[in-house]
Amino acid sequence: MKKIIVIGNGMVGYKFCEKIRKTFDASRLSLTVYGEEPRPAYDRVHLSNYFSGATAEDLLLAPRSWYEDNDINLLTGELVTAIDRENRQIYTHKGKRESYDYLVLATGSSAFVPPIRGVERHGVFVYRTIEDLNQILTYGKKIKKAAVLGGGLLGLEAAKALLDMSLETYVVEFADRLMPRQLDDAASDILRMKLTTLGVNILLGKATKEIKGNGKLDGLEFADGTHLDVEMLVISTGIRPRDELAKAANLTIHERGGVLVNEQLQTSDTHIYAIGEVACYQNMIYGLVAPGNEMAEVAIDQMMGAKERIFKGFDMSTKLKLIGVDVGCFGDPFGSSDAVKPLVYKNENTGIYRRLNVTADGKYLTGGILIGDADDYNILHQMVQNKMKLTVAPEALLVKTSAKEEGGAPGVESLPDEAVICSCENVTKGQIQDMVRANENCTINDIKAQTGACTGCGGCTPMVSDLMKASLKSMGKLVKNNLCEHFDYSRQELYDLIKINDIRSFSTLIKTNGKGHGCEVCKPVVASLFASIYNEPAIVHDTIQDTNDRFLANIQRGGTYSVVPRIPGGEITPDKLLAIGSVAKKYGLYTKITGGQRIDLFGALLHQLPDIWEELIEAGFESGHAYAKSLRTVKSCVGSTWCRYGVQDSVSFAIRVEERYKGLRSPHKLKGGVSGCIRECAEAQSKDFGIIATEKGWNVYVCGNGGSRPQHACLLATDVDAETCIRLIDRFLMYYIKTAAPLTRTATWLNKLDGGIEYLKEVVVKDSLGLADTLEKEMQGLLENYECEWKRAISDPDLRSKFAHFVNSTEEDASLSFVDLRGQKMPAAWG
Amino acid sequence: MVEILNSLKSHQVLAEEVKVWYKAAPVDRFPIDGGACVKYKDLQIAVFNFDSGKEWYACQNLCPHKMQMILSRGLTGSCGEEPKVACPYHKRTFSLKSGECLNADEERILTFPVKVEANHVYIGFSR
Ligand code: SRM
Ligand SMILES: Cc1cc2nc3c(=O)[nH]c(=O)nc-3n(C[C@H](O)[C@H](O)[C@H](O)COP(=O)(O)OP(=O)(O)OC[C@H]3O[C@@H](n4cnc5c(N)ncnc54)[C@H](O)[C@@H]3O)c2cc1C
Ligand code: SF4
Ligand code: FES
Repeated sequence: MKKIIVIGNGMVGYKFCEKIRKTFDASRLSLTVYGEEPRPAYDRVHLSNYFSGATAEDLLLAPRSWYEDNDINLLTGELVTAIDRENRQIYTHKGKRESYDYLVLATGSSAFVPPIRGVERHGVFVYRTIEDLNQILTYGKKIKKAAVLGGGLLGLEAAKALLDMSLETYVVEFADRLMPRQLDDAASDILRMKLTTLGVNILLGKATKEIKGNGKLDGLEFADGTHLDVEMLVISTGIRPRDELAKAANLTIHERGGVLVNEQLQTSDTHIYAIGEVACYQNMIYGLVAPGNEMAEVAIDQMMGAKERIFKGFDMSTKLKLIGVDVGCFGDPFGSSDAVKPLVYKNENTGIYRRLNVTADGKYLTGGILIGDADDYNILHQMVQNKMKLTVAPEALLVKTSAKEEGGAPGVESLPDEAVICSCENVTKGQIQDMVRANENCTINDIKAQTGACTGCGGCTPMVSDLMKASLKSMGKLVKNNLCEHFDYSRQELYDLIKINDIRSFSTLIKTNGKGHGCEVCKPVVASLFASIYNEPAIVHDTIQDTNDRFLANIQRGGTYSVVPRIPGGEITPDKLLAIGSVAKKYGLYTKITGGQRIDLFGALLHQLPDIWEELIEAGFESGHAYAKSLRTVKSCVGSTWCRYGVQDSVSFAIRVEERYKGLRSPHKLKGGVSGCIRECAEAQSKDFGIIATEKGWNVYVCGNGGSRPQHACLLATDVDAETCIRLIDRFLMYYIKTAAPLTRTATWLNKLDGGIEYLKEVVVKDSLGLADTLEKEMQGLLENYECEWKRAISDPDLRSKFAHFVNSTEEDASLSFVDLRGQKMPAAWG
Repeated sequence: MVEILNSLKSHQVLAEEVKVWYKAAPVDRFPIDGGACVKYKDLQIAVFNFDSGKEWYACQNLCPHKMQMILSRGLTGSCGEEPKVACPYHKRTFSLKSGECLNADEERILTFPVKVEANHVYIGFSR
């Protein structure tokens, strides 16, 4: 029986144990692990979670009992002090001696502390172990201002930790940019801007000369003569491999540190292997977990006789969320060779930066940098990894894939079968496809359990899910439009089921036609269906509504709500304006004119909502349904009553239309517009339904959209009179309400409708399906049921009592806080 | 927010070891198949019931994603067998049993024991 000793119980040392025990049990090999730290291996990658609530226990990769269950002799708090290579033995600081057949060095690295005057002062820390963090936490309680030395990956993480401790935070970097090893200047600029807005002060190009203080530090002095007062310093200026044991044992060490290994991960002694951050392969120390894990697997194969698998180096691409900002860099981020041309997209407003390096012939991607939004990281990274030829113009890749229908980066289908989808667990596209093909009912969870994909850093989850869908589709399986795991029906099927069976509550529906308890996807859809079928006010089904519909207001940062009274057509009397003003003043609300020609009052507390509405209703207002998937506004221009060009009274017509459809629930929100002439000042062609005056009557347009994907409305009918216009819109809206998928605006619905606008004209104008009468009648039924839900809410004491933050106290939420903005209030930044 | 979490943590306890059963409110004050927020000392606890009040759960009211005091206003539901709540802000979902985030890489939330006696809801704390 072979005997293996592992020195170091860190992330990679643990992976070694986990993997080797999967194939070789205690009858075939004995395994002893020495760890210097007091506890078993923990997740260093997520170390910072310790600051936001995770306990040391939570961070453990496996509990102590796991080692026992797997016959691993784990000795924590015990430092190995010497290796006797001749006799194949090790010694520990407790004087213990133990022999081995194979020795594995997984001693990792320690934080590098540069030789600056004053580093020994109190209040100077590094950021590597739970003990370091405990010290930082304790010290940080006594102070207000702290700095991180080093603006690399880890330094920025440490800065986040300081922010979490509510300290005034500085990052001091020697180079002229942040993350100098991963980012270019432009990327660093964007990241710096974002971090600054999040409250991190960043100083670049600063060489620290001395850490000042008397006993404990009180400031930093820089080479340029400037000074920064801080009470704590966290040093994060790189790592130093822990090669001291190996050095003392005369193993070959790289001149810049690290134990030299070959492609079998052997050191200069064939009985000693080195893996993880202590190993140096081809002049490289890999400071990441994924390459360390790969090393662990290769070392196991080699030691146990499977010689084919060797270590071939590792891709250093990374994707992280730094202080809430996505940062990704992959392949060759700097495009260092001449034959490569960078393409760059930069938007300072959104804080998004995308740099893609493409070969001069425009055929291959070689690497890139993504800041602010790294959703496409996986697919772009795969394109580099698999040297895939571009199928679109390189410029198209600068646009985010999900922001467009086609073009741009290709989907998962185009990847080769060997493409490694999960690099933590080394799972390929082929493996996942095979699983799905073998079992068409397999779920993401099955894939996780069987292959280990998505269980490491989790970054590959979206890709695995896309791959699963693509594989099902390629098998000819209908990827059914089921709402969610609780209902095997689409929205339209449920519409019919509810209507035919006259179902009136969610619990009845799920008991008779679904399973489980429902979820945040199906509940609001069902609520919207009840409203569309019975036009019951949202508040009747409050606990299946999204929070906006539950409390009849839009939730905003900090848990406050906004209030939007209806102002039909944008027309308002001076008295009503005064009434809004006095309500806003009384409750201290921030007021703003919206893009929908009305007034939004922000910052109301939950319990104030009924009181505010009581006053607004008193003044003659009604709910504006800004919180609902329902009619919002019908925008108007001033029209023939005042405008010298106007040919019809657009304001009166807009008010009539808005009054008609107010409160109408639909798959998504609805907006309308009425313009008094062809100049189109009401922008009616960007609305779900738009009406434009002509000399002879009105032109009717449908399915326009503003928002993120603007689309012009299509002409449905020309020169119709007012009555016909309303009849057509009745039919159109009702047809949409009955057939659209959840959360689909009319524009998207039309894009997916077979036959497009021509077909829609057939149905709505020519009545080819013979549905017109029914549609009009159904609409009439819904409209007759309209009531202002706020009126009901304030007059029913039971409903009114729901508007309280606590069930057992009338106190307000003490965690709310506001700051001043140009003389009005706004919520404090996200926590 | 770190203090809030630490304070919550220091009050957390397993069902068998509860020291204080806090009498929160009568059952009928809670919406059926929904949630409400209970104040205990300076803590905010979200309390939910499922199956018309047959099953009860409690957890921290603070959503770890953007540190918002809001989970009690979230939609409840299930994921497989696991009861869950979805944060109204960005729809992170959390298991009401383990506190684990089910659809993103967020911190685990703390959960608390709940019992119903004589038509009152009680929440269990360590102190
Ligand atoms: C207040 C307002 C901005 C403003 O200060 O002007 C606003 C505010 C919000 N908009 Fe808007 N939109 C406002 C006019 C618009 C407009 C312009 C318009 O209506 O003429 C558009 C483009 C036109 C359109 O919808 O086609 C617009 C396109 C959106 C979209 C994208 C919709 C789309 O189909 O792409 C969303 C997101 C969504 O609904 O899913 C959105 C969502 C939101 C939400 C509800 C986001 C949220 O959930 O918190 C914001 C709520 C604020 C609040 O608490 O009231 N808002 N939003 C405007 C309110 C108008 C009103 O009086 O009701
Ligand atoms: C804050 C932070 C964030 C990070 N984020 C990421 C990330 O997002 N992505 C990523 O890929 N990587 C990240 N890393 C790097 C990652 O944690 C390391 O690559 C990984 O931990 C290396 O594993 P290892 O086992 O080689 O070393 P370690 O995890 O350091 O383990 C080595 C262990 O050996 C022990 N040891 C050393 N000498 C002896 C001895 N003589 N006797 C007994 N025990 C000994 C040490 O005490 C230590 O416990 C991060 C690191 C830190 C500190
Ligand atoms: S565009 Fe609309 S949704 Fe976006 S921030 Fe402005 S108001 Fe909010
Ligand atoms: S604040 Fe809860 S999901 Fe974002």
